[in-house]
Amino acid sequence: MSREIVIKTDALTKKFGDFAAVDEISFEVTKGEIFGFLGANGAGKTTAIKMLIGLSRPTSGEATVAGYDLYKETERIKKRIGYMSQKFSLYNDLTPQENIKFFGGIYSLSRKSIKEKTQEILEKLDLVDVANTPVSTIPLGWKQRLAFAVATLHDPEIVFLDEPTGGVDPMVRRQFWETIYEASDNGKTIFVTTHYMDEAEYCHRISIMVAGKIAALDTPDSLKKQFEVESMDEVFVKLVRRNENTTSKISK
Amino acid sequence: MKRLIFLIEKEFMQIFRNRTILPMMTILPIIQLLLLSSAASNQVKEVRISIDDRDKSLFSYELIAKIDATKRLIVKPLPLKSNDAMLAMQNDETDIILKIPKGFQKDFYRSDRPELQMLVNAINGQQATVGASYVTTVIQNFNRNKLKQTSALTSPIPIFTIKDRSWYNPELKYTHFMATGILAELTALLTIILSAMNVVRERELGTIEQINVTPIKKWQFILGKLIPFLCIGMGLLTLGLIAAKIAFNIPMVGSVSLLFLYAFFNIVAVLGLGFLISNFAETQQQAIFVAFFFVMIFILMCGLFTPIDSMPKWAQYATIPNPLAHFISVSRKVLLKGSGLYDIKWEFIYTIILAFIFNFLAVRTYKKTI
Repeated sequence: MSREIVIKTDALTKKFGDFAAVDEISFEVTKGEIFGFLGANGAGKTTAIKMLIGLSRPTSGEATVAGYDLYKETERIKKRIGYMSQKFSLYNDLTPQENIKFFGGIYSLSRKSIKEKTQEILEKLDLVDVANTPVSTIPLGWKQRLAFAVATLHDPEIVFLDEPTGGVDPMVRRQFWETIYEASDNGKTIFVTTHYMDEAEYCHRISIMVAGKIAALDTPDSLKKQFEVESMDEVFVKLVRRNENTTSKISK
Repeated sequence: MKRLIFLIEKEFMQIFRNRTILPMMTILPIIQLLLLSSAASNQVKEVRISIDDRDKSLFSYELIAKIDATKRLIVKPLPLKSNDAMLAMQNDETDIILKIPKGFQKDFYRSDRPELQMLVNAINGQQATVGASYVTTVIQNFNRNKLKQTSALTSPIPIFTIKDRSWYNPELKYTHFMATGILAELTALLTIILSAMNVVRERELGTIEQINVTPIKKWQFILGKLIPFLCIGMGLLTLGLIAAKIAFNIPMVGSVSLLFLYAFFNIVAVLGLGFLISNFAETQQQAIFVAFFFVMIFILMCGLFTPIDSMPKWAQYATIPNPLAHFISVSRKVLLKGSGLYDIKWEFIYTIILAFIFNFLAVRTYKKTI
């Protein structure tokens, strides 16, 4: 695997008043990697991802995404990344076909390539039958896969996924991860946040966020070894406990 | 540029797919136009008058008959036993009391200048002044006739008469005056609310986030919203004009295309304000609240109900940033008076400046970050 670095952050911080939602996180992600961002609700995963995709301005720290500076070249970054949020954010009143067309148009794809992509996506996701019904009527699992397809429509180098499998049944989750692997095999870098610990096992490397900080960062296997446990679930629980102990010591 | 076409296309698809917003944008305004134009009238049609006749002469009967014959005055008889006409006014049974003193006829022939007393209920100022002037006119005419009759015996007295003609609305049709104003009002209001709500709705649904992570330019986003709503605004104006023509037969003296040209800039200005509001609102509730605030001020200070000329000077200046005031003025001038571009140049200049300012600010304050 090439070791080209596509995301690099250095002490990236986001503060809301006095509260540091993301507190000096530093990490690197290499090309083609599936990089997992784990953490409890409110640990700062979504805030971190929103900074990296240019939706939220960092308070301090440095970062480059796809080789561009996060502060000065935000719009250039946007051409090279795809994003799918935990909240389904395609247009519910438009059909899958119309959604693909619209976002393809926004990403300045040609009408011809939009047509081709539409056909490809609809066939691949088995959405041909519902191609002309509003998205609101199709099941959530399909919608999420459609959203992923739309997020990768413009062939981005990096795909950011913010809890993409929330509320989806295990079967669809498996299918979803197959799609992620396929994208990774094609050289796309995947940056995914989740709080499903079993999904963490699928990632190449994971970082676990606790209270705005990166508490651990390694491959799932080495993390399990390091904490002398069998599953990621236990790694996570141990980490959170340790953190609770230190914070309670500080407050005492 | 191509990106813009996709934005516009998508907006139209959403608008035409929405089964509630489409009738809201077409049927409701037309109902409002028909209803308000014929109902919201400032015209004083029926003034109730009670006559306290203490003279009971031929002279006073004649005067009462004249008043009774006036279409807009209704003579209310006073209760026989009670002399106190004030009681009738207190009970809101009459608007004007005319007191004819004892010896009215006698004094007139003696050239003693008899005095009539008129008491007016001035709670509703307009009703009072207009009503009083109706009565005064009747009495003056009566007086003049009587003078002629008497002077014919002696020597002729020259009397001035004024013949008035109402230009631009010769039949003084209130609906013509109102419909042209309300048409402008509806077009402006609907577009401001639609545009403000539309963008905030995308924010609430989270779809705006998906757009903000794309390399779209801010002006492209705003323009992509502006053009579809501009078309809707123009469509609404067309529909309203047709409805007003059919229902009230409003005159179209001036050039309708001039009106549309002006409406183009006006709607752009109003939409800009709508987008500006949406940039500062997180929820539709907030947006509608702020939009309502502006809408109220715009309506009350646009000259639709209160003529701008009769406002205090500072308030007249305060109507300059009110696009609705210019729209109503242009609509009335062009349709009723047949004004040309030169006559409405100030409205044009102000509106274009407003359109530029509002849209410039809307693009500037649109944030692609949260």
